[in-house]
This record gives sequence, C-alpha cells and structure tokens, in this order.
Amino acid sequence: MNNTLRQIFRSGKFVTGFAIFVAILLGTLIYPLIITDAPLTIIGQGTFFPPGIYVSVYDSLGSTRYTLDLGEANFNRIASRLSEEDRIAIKEWLVAAGIPEADIDTADTQKLLTQWEENFDAKKSIPGMTNAKRNYYVRLDKSIDGLLSAEGAILAQANAETGALEQTGTVEQSDFVNVQQVANVRFLPLGTDNFGRDMLTELVAATRVSLIIGFVAGIIATLIGLTLGLLAGYIGGPVDDGIMFITNLFTVIPSFVLLILISFSIGQEQRGAFTVAVVIGFTSWVWTARAVRAQVISLRNRDHVNLSKLSGHSTVHIILTDILPYIASYVVMALILQISSGILAEAGLSILGLGPKTTDVPTLGLMMNWARIYQADIQGRWWAYLPVLVTIAMVTFSMNLMNTGLDQVFNPALRD
Amino acid sequence: MQLEKKPCLTGVGLTKTFGMGRTKTVAVDHVDFTFYEGEIVSIVGESGSGKTTLAKLLLGLINETEGSVEFLGKKRDISSGKKKQEYWKSIQAIFQDPFSSYNIFNKIDAVLLDCIHMRGGKNLPQAKKVELMIEACKFVNLKFEELTNKYPFELSGGQMQRLMIARIFLLKPKILIADEPTSMIDACSRATILDYLIQLRNEIGMTLIFITHDIGLAYYVSDTVYIMERGKIVERGSADDVILRPRAAYTKRLISDVPKIYEEWDLSTV
Ligand SMILES: Nc1ncnc2c1ncn2[C@@H]1O[C@H](COP(=O)(O)OP(=O)(O)OP(=O)(O)O)[C@@H](O)[C@H]1O
Ligand SMILES: [Mg+2]
Repeated sequence: MNNTLRQIFRSGKFVTGFAIFVAILLGTLIYPLIITDAPLTIIGQGTFFPPGIYVSVYDSLGSTRYTLDLGEANFNRIASRLSEEDRIAIKEWLVAAGIPEADIDTADTQKLLTQWEENFDAKKSIPGMTNAKRNYYVRLDKSIDGLLSAEGAILAQANAETGALEQTGTVEQSDFVNVQQVANVRFLPLGTDNFGRDMLTELVAATRVSLIIGFVAGIIATLIGLTLGLLAGYIGGPVDDGIMFITNLFTVIPSFVLLILISFSIGQEQRGAFTVAVVIGFTSWVWTARAVRAQVISLRNRDHVNLSKLSGHSTVHIILTDILPYIASYVVMALILQISSGILAEAGLSILGLGPKTTDVPTLGLMMNWARIYQADIQGRWWAYLPVLVTIAMVTFSMNLMNTGLDQVFNPALRD
Repeated sequence: MQLEKKPCLTGVGLTKTFGMGRTKTVAVDHVDFTFYEGEIVSIVGESGSGKTTLAKLLLGLINETEGSVEFLGKKRDISSGKKKQEYWKSIQAIFQDPFSSYNIFNKIDAVLLDCIHMRGGKNLPQAKKVELMIEACKFVNLKFEELTNKYPFELSGGQMQRLMIARIFLLKPKILIADEPTSMIDACSRATILDYLIQLRNEIGMTLIFITHDIGLAYYVSDTVYIMERGKIVERGSADDVILRPRAAYTKRLISDVPKIYEEWDLSTV
C-alpha cells in the first residue's frame, strides 16, 4: 500500500496534476481569508472595467501633494490623452496635405505632434473635405494646444449661500500623490464583470462552488455507479438483468440531454447549486456502473474469491474485502473523472441558462453565461471570460493529468 | 481401503456447459461417480479436460447445468448462503494456482483466523487462537512467528501451498479437493507438499480427491482413479486396474506419455 503511494508520487504526470490542483484548491481557500468581500457585491457602476489599480480621485486631491519634476511627464500625459481615433485623424489630414505616408507614425506621439504643429493650417483647403470635418480638425487643434499648455487645474467649490463658485486650490501638472497615502485604492487584477462585480473575487468563489458541485456530483455518481456495478457484477442473474436494463435506459438517452430536461423541469427558482450537483450526479453514474460491473465480473470467479467463500464469508463481506479493494484504484480514477466531468457538466448547463439560480453564488459556468449574454467576447472584454476558461481548463486538466498518472501506476503496460 | 464403503459424494449425470450458441463448451459432460469416505481418489486428465470445472461443481462454487450431487447419501442442498456455509465446513479445497488463491490485501494471520472462526472458535481467547495457528504452521514446517503480519504474496509458491495445507489442518473437513496442488510448484517442493497432504489425510481421515494431469502421480497416491477426457469420464477403477491394465485408448495414451510408469515411482522425479 505504502509502496503504491510512493509510486504514485513518483509519477511525473500525477505530481504535476496534483500540484496544479492543490494550488487551485489552496487559492480558493486562502483568498477569501484575505479579501473578505462577498463575491456578488456590486462595486462598479458600469460594465466591464478593465483590470488595474483604481485610485480614488477625490481622496487623492486631499492627500499630501509632492512636486516631482519628471522630464517625460508631459509627454506621457499627452501620449495617454491623445486617443487612437485622434491619431488616425491627424494622419489622414497630414497625408491629404501631402506628407508622404511612410513618414507618419501614429505610435510616435512626439513626432506626430511636431508634424502637426508644422503643417496644420486651418485655412488650407483640402479637396473633398466636408465642412463638418474641417470644424473637427479645428477643434482637434485646439484640444492639442490645451494638451500642450502647462497650466494647472483649478479646484472650486460652490458657495453655500450665493451658489457662486469659489476657488479653493489648484492642481499643478507636476503634483503627485503617493498611492500609499490615498485613502481609497482598489486593486482589480481582473477588472469587473458586466454587473460591476470584482472579477477575481467572483472567480475565486465560483471556482470553489464549481469544485464543490463537481465533488458532490462525482461522489453521488460514483457511489450509485459503484453500488449498482458491484451488485450487478457480483450477484448476476436477475439482479444483473434488472440493473443492466436501467443502465441501458440511461445509456440510450444521452445523460446531458437528460440533465437538460431535468434541470429545465425543476425550474430556475428551485435550482440551487446543490440541487444542480445532485441532478448531475444522478444522471452521470451510468458508465461508472458499466465499468465497475465489467471489472467485478472478471474478478468474481477468481480463486481468492472462491477461497473466501470456502472460508465462510458472507456475500457482503466478500464484496467489501475481496472485490472492492481490487477495484479501488479503478474507482478512484473513475471518481476523479466524474468530478472533472461534473464541473464541465455544470458549465455546460449554465451556459445554456439552466445552471444554478443566479442570485446565490457564482459558478464557473454562470460566469461564462454572463460574459456570453453581455457579449464580452464581441466587445473584447477578455478579462470577463478568459480567466474563467483558463480556470475550467486548469481544473479539468489537472484532474485528467492525475488520472493518467494513476493509470500508468496501476496499469504497468501504459508506462512510458 | 475400508471394508464397508460409505458413499460420501455421488454425481449423477453431472453436466456443466459454458456459454451458448457457437461459443458453447461442455466442460463436464454427464459424469457419474461415487467417492467413498476415507479413500483417496485421483481424477486424471489433460489440460482443458474439465477437472477444475468438476472440482468447482463438487464444491458448489458453480451451479450444475444438469444432473445432481449427493452428499453423504442425501441430495445436496446448497440453495441458500447459510446452507452453503454449512456445506463448506465439510468440503474444502486447495486450488491450482497458489499465487492467485490469496486475497493480496489480507495478511496471513487473517487467512488462518478465518479457519478458526469457521470451526466455531470465534470466542476463544487470543492466546489459544495463536496456539492453534502455531500448531497448524508447525505441521507444514512453517514458522508462525515469521509469517505473522506478512502478506501471502511475500511467500514462495511452495510456502503458499503449505499455508493452504495448514488451513485445511485447522478446518479438518470431511472431504478435501486438491486441484493440481503441485502443478505450479518447483520439483523440490512438490514431494514435501504431497507428503504433508497425505500425512494430513491420514491424520484426520478425510476423503481426498486429488486432481492431476500426471497419471504417474495418481498411481503413486491414490486408491481409485478416474480418467477424464474432454468432460467425460472414460475409465475408472482401482489404481492398479486402471494404470497397469488400462482399457480405454485415452488412458493408454496418457500412460505411454510417462515412460517410467512401470518402474517403482521415484519421488525424486516427481
Ligand atoms: N468460466 C468459464 N467460462 C467459459 N469456459 C470455461 C470456464 N471455465 C472453464 N471453461 C472451459 O471449460 C473447459 C474445461 O476447463 P477446466 O478449467 O475445467 O480444465 P482443467 O481440466 O482444469 O484444465 P487444466 O489442467 O489446464 O487446469 C475448458 O475448455 C475451458 O475453456
Ligand atoms: Mg484446472
């Protein structure tokens, strides 16, 4: 037994899979201890805020200001404010004005602005340009001038009595605050989702819930499959016929279709995460039952089973001590596969809108569903679906890797 | 041989078929026989002739397709689990392949303890149980102290078969079916194992049904010999009759395969 364990942990595939799985598991356990927010609280007004560090503007105005003279500050500011559309518009005008296209680089802010300064002339008429377009260029030129100005911004407050604005201070371009000293800073490594919820917190909670769904579904499926497989295989006869009849019924109807039908008939309100897990478990035991039955049939006529009978053991005792230990490794592998397919089944159901109800807890499938409904993929909000996909992939990948590793230990013929 | 023979196992038209349609095999084909109490019977046949299947039928480990078995003069009744457990107190077996006979997850102590429990020794004090196990191991020249807490697969094939005999020593059944107990064992251990088997049989006076493919060995150990060919019993009689004066062609062929048969059976070549 110890020897087998040692062999298992010497298998590279198993260890890799196990390490990934444990890392994910630890992540879902430790993260909530650090970030204690409820995973479904809406913090952002608006959808799909990109990943990054969010600093409270109001609080930064009140924080200690430091003056930093940074050579590149001005340039950076302009570069970040000059939008992609403006850059393309500038390029268009310059080309129309006769500058060779090869000389213009929209990524090089400095050069682009210099070329603009040198060449732009509001009065110059460019053939084929509409009035509206011309006005747009005049506005663009003004705003570029504004960008280049070195003046600070004025802070004003409305007087409570007169309602007139009174200047309370200025913010110079060289003013800086230390992020450490700003009262409210929020790091959103994965931004927010369509409802304005912190993606990472949600993802961690979803991973945990999905793992639980997978485990519950996997354990239910394995228990049912194992019990039926053992009974059908060992007892045989009419018991076998009866069990195989039910098993065949379930085989003919694909379990996912059955899953969809049952989930649909349960109704959205009744579908908690646990219910969904149970339904998945009750529809996916079939192949475990078949596989266990086949294994048991090949075991039941072995001499050690006969010897156990001759030693006066009862059927239950024989199943538990002479059959079960021999298929235990196999059952563990089946369990791992059932867990990972349970996670996938939940994801599949949720993407179809038949997953757990959306108000309780997030699941990986629900997150995919939300991202899909709010068209995160079309809008290029990768942070709303890519991390979820990667998590699903990593969880199932790690489990399948463990499984392959176990398979190689238990079936020496597969070793490479 | 005893003067007054009491039948202990009788087969009437006993048949076992496996599979159906084109894959149907008749492993045991309408065999009739009577084994008497206390005798040593050999069943001889080639590989695939149905010896193991017949043994399993006699043990009640598989159900006969046709025919019936009488046990101690009455029709055998093993219709329920309880009755089977009762039956197995009287009839035991040693299997062909010692390496697959043991549950690899059970320790040797458990194997022997099961036998003590089966004989109603469940409530014996621990010391008494150990004493019994030591005695049984000693009988087959094994040291219980060295075996305790070990697994059967840590033993050699010969040691495993000797442990099987120790098991029978504890169980003291009326009938023992030994299915080629030495076919998987090296030549040196064979003789010792046979010796222990015969010695045990003499000690507890059980009926020994000895299955072998080696007609010479059958001649050496048994009172009565049955020859099996493809599921059928083709010849039967006292060992002397069958082997020294064979009638069936099949028996003659089996004997001609063993050139030394007319010489004194020499244990060193077993
Ligand atoms: N469980 C089974 N299912 C199908 N066929 C079987 C089964 N057991 C035995 N047979 C067939 O029955 C025939 C007799 O087999 P059996 O094991 O009784 O032979 P045997 O005389 O013991 O041979 P050996 O000397 O090799 O042990 C063989 O043809 C075998 O293929
Ligand atoms: Mg055999």
